[in-house]
Amino acid sequence: MDLLFFIAPLAVGGISAAFAALISVTDRIVNNYGDVVIDINKGKKELTVKGGQPMLFGLAESGIFVPSACGGRGSCGACKVTVRSDVGPLMPTEAPYLTQEEIKGSVRLSCQIKLKQDVEIEIPEELFNVQDYQAVVEKITDVTHDIKEVYCKLPEGKEVSFISGQYGQFEVPPYGKVKERTMRAYSMSSAPSDRNHLEFLIRLVPGGIVTTYAHEHLKEGEKVRIIGPFGDFQVRDTDATMICVAGGSGMAPFKSIFQDMIDNGTITNRDIWYFFGARSRRDVFYLDWLYELDEKYNNFHFVPALSEPQPEDNWEGPTGLITEVLDGYLKEKISREHNLEGYLCGSPGMLDACMAVMTANEMKTEDIFFDKFA
Amino acid sequence: MSGAPMINPFSLFFASIITSNILLANFLGMCSFISISKDMKSSSGLGLAVTVVLTVTTAINWLLLNHVLIPLNLVYLRFIVFIIAIAAVVQMLEMIIDRVSQALYLNLGIFLPLITVNCAILGVSLFMEIREYTFFQSLVYGLGSGLGWWLAIMLLSAIRQKTEKSKVSAGLQGPGLTMITIGFMAMAFIGFSGMLAVQ
Repeated sequence: MDLLFFIAPLAVGGISAAFAALISVTDRIVNNYGDVVIDINKGKKELTVKGGQPMLFGLAESGIFVPSACGGRGSCGACKVTVRSDVGPLMPTEAPYLTQEEIKGSVRLSCQIKLKQDVEIEIPEELFNVQDYQAVVEKITDVTHDIKEVYCKLPEGKEVSFISGQYGQFEVPPYGKVKERTMRAYSMSSAPSDRNHLEFLIRLVPGGIVTTYAHEHLKEGEKVRIIGPFGDFQVRDTDATMICVAGGSGMAPFKSIFQDMIDNGTITNRDIWYFFGARSRRDVFYLDWLYELDEKYNNFHFVPALSEPQPEDNWEGPTGLITEVLDGYLKEKISREHNLEGYLCGSPGMLDACMAVMTANEMKTEDIFFDKFA
Repeated sequence: MSGAPMINPFSLFFASIITSNILLANFLGMCSFISISKDMKSSSGLGLAVTVVLTVTTAINWLLLNHVLIPLNLVYLRFIVFIIAIAAVVQMLEMIIDRVSQALYLNLGIFLPLITVNCAILGVSLFMEIREYTFFQSLVYGLGSGLGWWLAIMLLSAIRQKTEKSKVSAGLQGPGLTMITIGFMAMAFIGFSGMLAVQ
């Protein structure tokens, strides 16, 4: 009699299990595409990976990391690759992230393409260099009230090779209300010569998932996952005068760039102007080092500007918005003997305003390079 | 299996398409009916998907009902069991279609997850149980209902393409006019109900 109670749960459980088994058997048989070969950049690299999975994961499995902020859910549109062989028509899930030109140039989202047969793709050469590091946070320093310098050590025996100005994807674990691992891009502030470390400047953004974690939870000695390097923000090899403008944690790529130029001796080759915009004294950092460079190298000019200097700051340097200061210097102080190249790093608003000032001062748009915080 | 009146499968087939159309006589599966019926191509894909899933799931659910639930005296579990079966079948169909044909997958496969929660699918399985159809009758009923659903959504999207271009007062645009259209369509279909017996 008592056994009757078990019939219902057993029956439902049995039926569910039977269907689950059927699904996994179907998956085994139907989704078994064997090994497929991914040919990258016309034979530069050939990867043999397991078929049936999204291309993004297949590539990552073999150490090619196409940038992806959402982890393959098709919600960020970052993992674009050019596909040269036939992988079927464009999926409705890809279309929103691609421009008309990209669709014509057969650009696809690698997370939405299932590897069913051998494919030929093209990706930027620099992605070959991208690696997945399990780094350890070695030191966290407060450089201002809301910016932390996070210095990470790469695992024993691992080295990184990157170009100053590039960025890395910094991943933090789930915490509090955030239920999944989250990645954000930060420019490396360490010099490429420091091959065992990566350093980032992380500014606290109210409500930001990764920045809040970095400021409130991240501890020295903690393991973090870093994927990189990515990006094409880098110093062009010309003798043009560099007009660098940064605000807040936009300092990061420039710290790396200047240190790299010191390391390889190119810092004396050209005129460099570095404009750093901040609200008040407490938002400015690395002052000693930058003044030292200004002193040491005749061609290096550091111009910090405060928009709202406080009385206790005793600020004697330039004041006003960085765009106004930049405008004044471009009009009066900076020699136009050489061509000017603009390098910008900061918030989209600041970047657009600086861009406008630069073009109004007859700098060419193609000579202005920027690293926009998204 | 038991004392159900033997309805001619042929008339059951036509009845489920026209006189007892699952959409317009029973008002099941309305959500995707209204939201997807904007263009003919999607409507057709969805209609095909519903037809395939209905035919397959009704057959499988008939087997489960008559060979598992009734012998074990567990008919009251039919809702859970039917839903599990539908979800599983839809998932397997999606995988198989993806493997067999990319073109078919793009036209039909992407609608499959939508259909798992379509009430017409569960509704047909439940009617099949209430009306005590035989296996063959269930198969015919599932296929007929799917074709009926397909017919109805094609008709609606055809009408919507016309109304798209006509002048409609602001308050009635979109869902408002669609609901009225469906009402008229339902009246036309219900006018024939009873001409063919389904139970």
